[in-house]
Amino acid sequence: MVSPAVAVLLIWMIVPLAMTIWFSFQQYNLLYPDRTGFAGIENYYYFITDFRFQPAIWNTLRLVLGVLAITTIGGILLALLLDQPFWGQGIVRLLVLAPFFVMPTVSALVWQNMFMDPVNGLFAHIAKAFGGDGYDFLGQSPLMSIIIMVAWQWLPFATLILLTALQSLDREQIEAAEMDGASVWSRFIYIILPHMTRAITVVILIQTIFILSVYAEILVTTNGGPGTASLNLPFLVYLASIVDNDVGMGAAGGVIAIILANIVAFFLMRAIGKNLEH
Amino acid sequence: MGQITLSKVVKQFGEVTVIPPLDLEINEGEFVVFVGPSGCGKSTLLRLIAGLEDTSAGSITIDGVNATDLPPAKRGLAMVFQSYALYPHMTVRKNIAFPLKMAGMSPEEQEKRVKAAAGVLNMNKLLDRRPGQLSGGQRQRVAIGRAIVREPKAFLFDEPLSNLDAALRMGMRLEITELHQRLKTTMIYVTHDQVEAMTMADKIVVLNAGRIEQAGSPLELYKNPKNIFVASFIGSPKMNFVGGQVAKYHNAATIGVRPEHVMLSTSSGPWKGTVGVAEHLGSDTFVHVNTEEAGTITARISGEVVVKHGDTVWLTPMPDKIYRFDAEGVAI
Repeated sequence: MVSPAVAVLLIWMIVPLAMTIWFSFQQYNLLYPDRTGFAGIENYYYFITDFRFQPAIWNTLRLVLGVLAITTIGGILLALLLDQPFWGQGIVRLLVLAPFFVMPTVSALVWQNMFMDPVNGLFAHIAKAFGGDGYDFLGQSPLMSIIIMVAWQWLPFATLILLTALQSLDREQIEAAEMDGASVWSRFIYIILPHMTRAITVVILIQTIFILSVYAEILVTTNGGPGTASLNLPFLVYLASIVDNDVGMGAAGGVIAIILANIVAFFLMRAIGKNLEH
Repeated sequence: MGQITLSKVVKQFGEVTVIPPLDLEINEGEFVVFVGPSGCGKSTLLRLIAGLEDTSAGSITIDGVNATDLPPAKRGLAMVFQSYALYPHMTVRKNIAFPLKMAGMSPEEQEKRVKAAAGVLNMNKLLDRRPGQLSGGQRQRVAIGRAIVREPKAFLFDEPLSNLDAALRMGMRLEITELHQRLKTTMIYVTHDQVEAMTMADKIVVLNAGRIEQAGSPLELYKNPKNIFVASFIGSPKMNFVGGQVAKYHNAATIGVRPEHVMLSTSSGPWKGTVGVAEHLGSDTFVHVNTEEAGTITARISGEVVVKHGDTVWLTPMPDKIYRFDAEGVAI
């Protein structure tokens, strides 16, 4: 009964994958339509030895870890805050969710022009109010700036998941810990945090998948630059296949990205997948 | 140790007064049961003593020290919750050791005390399991273990048996009573089950809408209920209440007769009626009789009686076991 669905899904997944793998072994450059045929591992060789490849890998890693750190820690703090009863709770909860609905390109433009602009940005104005100078975020620390933008986008997701986890905690457990003499900090470390591990695992897993492929924010703001300072793997694939018109090399980059993503997923599942078991 | 005094304690949630000014004395080593229908404020009262709720007015004194504004941990009391509130990610050993760890006790001392508590409650084999792998009764035991390692001044139980099945409940009831006799620590126990109250308590406190209707030993409450509420709450099956002409004959607005004080005869008696339902328990039979004079009366007859639905019977209340109440429901 389910076989048609499985077949559709399989084709859906297999065909693009197979085509990417196929192209990655072909000479396929849009500027030289006459050069065709089997390329062997040349595409892979040139992609890996490209001077931009290593920075791209490290930047991808930094981007993922940076955003994960900000969103999980910030998400836990926000969730703890939003779990407290206060006036206007409903509206605040709604507003906290808002960044998640903003499109990545829009959020990147807003951040670039309204906040981080060294002359007219809000941060520049604040700095001037204190007698300082505007800081050129995207020029001086481009990767950090992109981490901040992406983290802002994903913070609501983390907060929402962690808040639901927090609200499912049995009040009596907290009260029991209170009777047992646990301070606020001990209650957080021994009761609340262990209760949230599963949700934190989910947040990390899902976010890793999405943040590995961050692309729009970079395209809109820094274009990977200055130099290779904010270049990540998906953006390098774009540069190779669209800017350099080398579809073969872009496909090879795509396959490498798939392999790396699977390695990351494997280690993630091994490291924290245990939390999902019980 | 374990003397608790409540004086003029009031609890309000916003505009709603849950507990009007209330005075209560709990003596050292006493087993006190708060009993009452749901929503009567018995759990709130317990939580006030525990410190999980703030008192709106009045004072709580524990062992001569004013504890009204002390945080729960500083009051030296231990609580067993209805849901047991075990920490699911910790083993039984760590659960029991948690209060000791929070008190900064050395690991050796913790282990010693955990072993001792496990010995008292017969759960040495369970120490390395997690709460999720335990049955309801075992979880209950762990929760009690976590309470006794602290050697508190008093134990607070919040309907601890309501999640257990009937057979287990009886067993745990006995165990908690035995534990009390062994430890001789003050225990305060909240329940809505009057059987638990009757069987376990040294002193029963019957609560209704936040007020103490009556406090006293189980038999005192059974023999001399102060009003209709206490009379109907204590004793199972419930006391029969009769108003109208029958009550007037006894110079009261309402009279009450316990089912065990009604005699049943197949030939003569003052109240004639037909048998509605006869519940055969083996040792006893509860016969519900629809009488003309006194409405539906339940009679508790020792042993087996051969009456069935529709039979005509005559009931006689034992004259010296008739409780009389005035128009306000207060015993005369």
